[in-house]
Amino acid sequence: MIENRPLLAIASHLVLLLGVAMVALPVWITFVGASHEAERMLQVPIPMWPGDQFFVNLKQTFWGSGLSGTATAPVWMMMFNSLMMALMIAFGKIAISLLSAFAIVYFKFPFRMGFFWMIFITLMLPVEVRILPTFEVIAKLGMLNSYWGLTVPLIASATATFMFRQVFLTIPDEMLESARIDGAGPMRFFWDIVIPLSRTNIAALFVILFIYGWNQYLWPLLVTTDSDMSTIVVSIKQMLEAAEQSPQWNIIMMTALLAMIPPIFVVIAMQKLFVQGLTETDK
Amino acid sequence: MLKRVHFPASYLPYLLVAPQVIITVIFFIWPASQAVYQSFLIEDAFGLSTEFVWFENFEYLWGDSHYRSAFGRTLFFSAAVAFLSMSFALILAGFADRIVRGATAYRTLLIWPYAVAPVLAGALFLFMFNPTIGIFPYVLDMIGYDWNHYLNGSQAMFLVILAAAWKQVAYNFLFYLAAMQSIPKSITEAAAIDGAGPIRRFATIIFPLISPTTFFLLVINATYAFFETFGIIHAVTQGGPANSTTTLVYKVFNDGFVGLDLGGSAAQSVILMILVIGMTVIQFRFIEKRVQY
Repeated sequence: MIENRPLLAIASHLVLLLGVAMVALPVWITFVGASHEAERMLQVPIPMWPGDQFFVNLKQTFWGSGLSGTATAPVWMMMFNSLMMALMIAFGKIAISLLSAFAIVYFKFPFRMGFFWMIFITLMLPVEVRILPTFEVIAKLGMLNSYWGLTVPLIASATATFMFRQVFLTIPDEMLESARIDGAGPMRFFWDIVIPLSRTNIAALFVILFIYGWNQYLWPLLVTTDSDMSTIVVSIKQMLEAAEQSPQWNIIMMTALLAMIPPIFVVIAMQKLFVQGLTETDK
Repeated sequence: MLKRVHFPASYLPYLLVAPQVIITVIFFIWPASQAVYQSFLIEDAFGLSTEFVWFENFEYLWGDSHYRSAFGRTLFFSAAVAFLSMSFALILAGFADRIVRGATAYRTLLIWPYAVAPVLAGALFLFMFNPTIGIFPYVLDMIGYDWNHYLNGSQAMFLVILAAAWKQVAYNFLFYLAAMQSIPKSITEAAAIDGAGPIRRFATIIFPLISPTTFFLLVINATYAFFETFGIIHAVTQGGPANSTTTLVYKVFNDGFVGLDLGGSAAQSVILMILVIGMTVIQFRFIEKRVQY
């Protein structure tokens, strides 16, 4: 505290609370929308205070087939697909990045830098700039409408490899020397020393990658043509399209709520790891 | 880069890098080179024959007023998103930095929109601004303003900017607050002793000292607005009305998957790739600088 200005302190809190309210307003309106009957959501003005239909809508959305009159899969199934996709992307990225960073830092072998630059290039090729040819590759490999097709093309990661490389470089050389004196081979050293020492980094990265995986949109939109394989984030768009004919905003808003709760929960519950992950990967 | 002590060469390191390298080659390098190759081809309307045309696709894009206006629109969109979300985050972080107790509580309350998928952010704003039932059109109607983003291009643009900026406030706030909290207290205290009030201190000390963060966030926000806002635009406006919200990434998708113009879409992809490479280079040079600083 530099100076004592009670008025300014109160004003600061007021501005921040106003900011929080502005940021939270869209989600509040969504929550209110998810707690009324479908008919109520068609009368102008729409309510700003929650109704009593929240659990009815929740049950209908989660176990029912989502929106009536559309070809979307049940919401619980799409949430399961999203979960699978998020977990496979997070685990896959972490696993292959750990291995390749370990090879690049701890081994001297021909083409080491060649492989390093090859991985570096992926940083410059986000899925958005190569959608069509990547889609063709997946189609040729017969991976459309499968978890593999959803996740594997997104798994290569330069940022994760760089981050682990950075972490491994901080591990003292004496660790390796003593491990070798004790007769540990490379993989033994990897499992017993490297992995335990980078545990918090792995956890922080996992939080970021889980959110990244859960929120994927363009890629699942292209790869899943079968509604049973659709993810919940993609289904929102289909529901919005259907809403133009038969507006059931309560169900759509409930689905939106269900789609955003898991990643928001992860951010808030693991805030410390999340912040660490964000600042470490620097994207 | 390599450890002073390391394991001897064997087949093992190749096995270790294999998964990453195989995925990189099959799903990154091969498709990207295909995109480059296809950008030199023109396919006839029935997909029966293709012709190698060198830079004709690029020349066509250069002369295409739709593409040029999409380019300008994307720049405007990115600048607007970056400005809106960064200035909002800067103001909030400036006030949060003053608070002795509870700054982390505000951080918790402000960072969660980061976890909301862009397409969901689009859905929420679409609901709030729905011309028939949305709450904002209702309020605007009371003051005599007619809102319909399905018909009005600038209103549609405003809506996607708002949704994209809303989601990015969390990220900017987090980095601004961290940057402000890392400024040594002695500097601001010295300024206070010299008689500088809070606003003056912010303008002459805090803001200049966090300028590296501002620059970093500018690059990150521009990349975000370019590449990650596809979901928002796809959900809210589908590039319309009359292409008034079609950004470059949306156009690649639309021309390739809807219009099936492979050569043109590939040429657009190549231009985007060059843009990403430029942004990555800027980002890396900045990170190097920050290490020295």
